Amino acid sequence: MTDASVRISHVAAGHSRVSRAEPWQVRLGTALSKPGFLAALPVGILLLAGFVGPLALVFLFAFMPPQTFSVLQAPTLANFRTIFSDSYYLSFLASLQLAASTVAILLVICYPLAIAMVRVFTRKAGILALVLAAPLFVADNLRLMGWMLFLVKGGVVSGTMQTYLGIPVDSMLYTFSATLFGLVYINLPMMLFPMILGVSMVPAQMREAAFDLGASRWQVMKEVDIPLAMPGIMIGALITFILAAGAITEAKVLGGTAVVMIAQDIQKEFTFAQNWPKGSALSMLMIVLAGSLALAMFKRVDLDAIFGRKG
Amino acid sequence: MTAATGDTASASSAPPPILQLRGVDKLFGEFPAVDRISLDIREGEFFTIVGPSGSGKTTMVRMLVGMDKPTNGDILLRGERINDVPANKRPTCMVFQSLALFPHRSVGQNIEFPLKIRGVKAASRKERALELMAQLRLPESYYGKGVSQCSGGERQRVALARALAFDPEILFFDEPLSALDYKLRKILEKELKDIHRETGKTFVYITHSLEEAMVMSDRIGVMNKGRFVQIGTPNEIYGNPSTRFVSEFMGEVNILEVGPGPDGTVIDQATGASYHAPPIADSFAGGSLVIRPEDIRFLDDTASPAANKLEGVVYNEYLLGSRVQYQVRVGDAQVFLVEKLREQQLASARGGRVTIAWDAKDSTIFPTARFAS
Repeated sequence: MTDASVRISHVAAGHSRVSRAEPWQVRLGTALSKPGFLAALPVGILLLAGFVGPLALVFLFAFMPPQTFSVLQAPTLANFRTIFSDSYYLSFLASLQLAASTVAILLVICYPLAIAMVRVFTRKAGILALVLAAPLFVADNLRLMGWMLFLVKGGVVSGTMQTYLGIPVDSMLYTFSATLFGLVYINLPMMLFPMILGVSMVPAQMREAAFDLGASRWQVMKEVDIPLAMPGIMIGALITFILAAGAITEAKVLGGTAVVMIAQDIQKEFTFAQNWPKGSALSMLMIVLAGSLALAMFKRVDLDAIFGRKG
Repeated sequence: MTAATGDTASASSAPPPILQLRGVDKLFGEFPAVDRISLDIREGEFFTIVGPSGSGKTTMVRMLVGMDKPTNGDILLRGERINDVPANKRPTCMVFQSLALFPHRSVGQNIEFPLKIRGVKAASRKERALELMAQLRLPESYYGKGVSQCSGGERQRVALARALAFDPEILFFDEPLSALDYKLRKILEKELKDIHRETGKTFVYITHSLEEAMVMSDRIGVMNKGRFVQIGTPNEIYGNPSTRFVSEFMGEVNILEVGPGPDGTVIDQATGASYHAPPIADSFAGGSLVIRPEDIRFLDDTASPAANKLEGVVYNEYLLGSRVQYQVRVGDAQVFLVEKLREQQLASARGGRVTIAWDAKDSTIFPTARFAS
């Protein structure tokens, strides 16, 4: 699939080289007549209006004087100065720590599950996938509220322990662990489904060959299974990392005041504090931080090499 | 049954068996993919299992390498039962049909894989990999190359080098050449036979092409419906096929349904013509008369004596590289295939009247009962 698309883009490149000498009207015409361009147009417009536009606005606002509502002023670094002199690094750290922990826990939980769904429950995997995806049909907030009832003092968990087992359990709500639990719970499908895709991409014969060449089950997993499933694993990790780093509801509902994630700070600046420039500056910092982490991660794992497109 | 007798007859001078199958079965539900097979594979030989798809050859080799377990029977390696020894603990390894090269590893890393698994140091690993690459005529510069950049033939060599790096006692091949074009396949068949000589290892090769088997093997086992129908040297199989199935499998042949006739002759059941045939048993009640296309000749002089003579018309002519094949119609219903070397090609053959002839000794009779099961 990818190979074909690469070839197509080569062909397209060849065409544009030939038509460079033509007037721009002609070139626009040929560009518009290409199915690829037309097919990409709707999503292009959507991304331009819904992603690039707001991002540009946030970028501009980050350099505006504090507590102003116009982007047409002289740029300043005042917001960043305030942020660095304050204790915002704590929320950044909390967000990154929670996101990293979420990814780590999900990797460990989801990998065996993905293996089981692809190789063991091959026939029933569809039903299992449906069961696992079913919670997605209920809003995150509602599901988290449900967990609140479970974890609160005198709630389902502590009440049961107290009444039937006689073990006194204090409230588990409003802790770091409760937040982490919420993040893991909410993001599980985001890790699982790309991972299933990755795991199912590993040809059975590849594993048999490694096994036949003397590798133990662990060595097959380390040398063949995980490297070949890596594209799916990386995509799952990236999605869950970004989602967890920008999470807000989990921290609010289950973390209370025990955890302040960066998204909460940003939301506060934009709403309660009415300080758009500062909120924008915080957002920019988060984007840069998460973006560079993601880039570093993808650099370490060369997707092209995994797919065998390059050596 | 025929297979077993042929096997023991020549066994006295042969080297000892390295791998033995004793009544091995593999059932998928009720269906026997491999049906009570007993077989000895000798130390150092190139043994080829050949059969049409669905004959059970892949199922069998999967049991031999340890990827599947037999339902019944025993597999013995040097006299020791290895039914329950998993593939990674067996001193055997296999070159897969898909080759199963690791796409995320370079040529060198692929070849070194079995050594890495054993914990061999990187330096001596590389040394061995380069040695094998030289043996298999892979340029040294390929060491760091990705396997996807290699051509089909190069990938074959990498897969073979990886298997040799494992240093197996028996090397299995599951139709690794089937995806290649004809010319390259012919080259690699010979290379494989050379490698077999150089290494002195036992090779067990699976293919659906008897032609391929003929080129490479010391012995061939022809499989059909989960059983061996004949085991023997290429010459034995070619010269003396045990059943109609084997002779048909070998390539295009002329098959005539015949019944018993007077004085040891047979009667063509379609035309009533009488043919001289090799000696047949008194109990012969009917069967197939098989004549290879290359054993039929054209008679220039229609009066010259020959055991079996038929008049016909050349309907079509096919050029097969160095050979020419003719389709000769005899009467209304019968078609004979006749094959000649190219230098014996008939001038303006199509539509011409010809007399075809063959000797009794060049035809084979398979009584119906022998292959009815």
